[in-house]
Amino acid sequence: MRFAVAFVAACCAAGAASGGGANAQDSIPASLTGAKGDPARGRAIVTNRQLGLCLLCHSGPFPEERFQGNLAPDLAGAGKRWSEGQLRLRIVDSSRVNPATIMPSYHRTDGFTRVAPAWRGKPVLTADQIEDVVAFLTTLRD
Amino acid sequence: MVALAGASFAGEIPQAERRSGYELMSRETRAMQDDDTANPGMLAVLEGSALWARKTGAGGRACADCHGDARASMKGVAARYPAYDATLKRPVNLEQRINLCRTERQQSPALAYESRELLALTAYVARQARGVPIDIPVDARTQPFLDRGRAAFYRRQGQLNLACSQCHDDNWGRRLAGNTIPQAHPTGYPVYRLEWQSLGSLQRRLRNCLVGIRAEPYEYGAPEMVELELFLMWRARGMAIETPGVRP
Ligand code: HEC
Ligand code: HEC
Repeated sequence: MRFAVAFVAACCAAGAASGGGANAQDSIPASLTGAKGDPARGRAIVTNRQLGLCLLCHSGPFPEERFQGNLAPDLAGAGKRWSEGQLRLRIVDSSRVNPATIMPSYHRTDGFTRVAPAWRGKPVLTADQIEDVVAFLTTLRD
Repeated sequence: MVALAGASFAGEIPQAERRSGYELMSRETRAMQDDDTANPGMLAVLEGSALWARKTGAGGRACADCHGDARASMKGVAARYPAYDATLKRPVNLEQRINLCRTERQQSPALAYESRELLALTAYVARQARGVPIDIPVDARTQPFLDRGRAAFYRRQGQLNLACSQCHDDNWGRRLAGNTIPQAHPTGYPVYRLEWQSLGSLQRRLRNCLVGIRAEPYEYGAPEMVELELFLMWRARGMAIETPGVRP
């Protein structure tokens, strides 16, 4: 694990400089697209196991979804615990909050190793999709 | 890199807490593995025993012509594979060993990875090690390969940037969506996987995990694959072979 931590720390100094105009603080206050996302689309992304992948690790207030993961905190109340900007940072690149995190960086493309050709150079989610997810998470207030 | 075998990593599972994937399965799936008449992998073992005795290639020889009764000559063999091959100067896994015998001793074309015949022969040979504790001898020749396998296990990779160890050392027993994460001990291979509805090799399993984290999967038989296999077998040292295993 020591190696992994060192590796991530090295990669994310570079990541911070390139990630959507972020500062190195705990938040990305501005929308990545300049527009507000759509919470309904965001919910669909979060529950989609090929697209958002969130429920592989998280559970959340999705009574219709069987087989939710338990590697990560429940998403219920995320919009009360965190501001919109804090949520955005955690989706864009949660390794900037916790270098050892297992949560993927959804909008970073550099500093990775052996990415499969189909995904190379692409973020997990586009800027529009990130904004939709953030808009949805802010609605999770209890 | 310095020799790492024996060094302790933060997330490494203590020996006494190691569990085969078998122990994390439902009672029904365990019963299916335990009962030879219900275990679908036994069909392949049966087919393998027929292939063992069948003459093939320009040499016109069967495995049995050189090795005799597999129940005696192959007893425990799978528990020490991948094993170092002095001619190739690298470890080879059981499938590669079988194919070396085919191409060199039987003058017969190598069998493709995941082909029915190679899986059957591998399952038949590995079946002769059922219950035998895994024992990978580590010496100056195998150490570098083991170290590379270990480094790969702890390396974050793919678009999801996950290391094998982050699931299998740090989060085993938890649920990744509907699947319980096992410790990744290669005790049952080739396994009959219910999700595949077929038998598959350890390398097929490893490719599944690599694809899951959106990493470029290594080719079947690639040196990196064998190094990972070697490390996983060493990591499972002392645990009993279960082939043919059944997995969800
Ligand atoms: C591979 C595992 C994994 C995946 C996939 C994942 N996360 Fe996370 N997430 C975590 C973990 C673990 C944490 C806990 C904090 C940490 O360890 O960094 C976390 C933390 C969070 C947090 C802040 C914690 C809180 O209090 O609620 C939010 C919000 C979040 N994730 C949302 C998401 C969303 C939305 C997705 C999908 C777009 C997602 N996560 C995908 C593992 C994951
Ligand atoms: C995101 C989590 C995750 C990562 C990362 C991961 N795996 Fe797995 N692995 C699983 C799960 C879950 C299973 C259980 C099978 C299933 O249901 O998909 C599994 C199964 C296995 C098994 C089969 C164990 C058995 O009992 O038969 C082996 C071996 C294995 N993984 C090795 C690896 C290796 C080597 C790597 C890295 C190259 C890796 N895994 C990366 C989640 C992961």
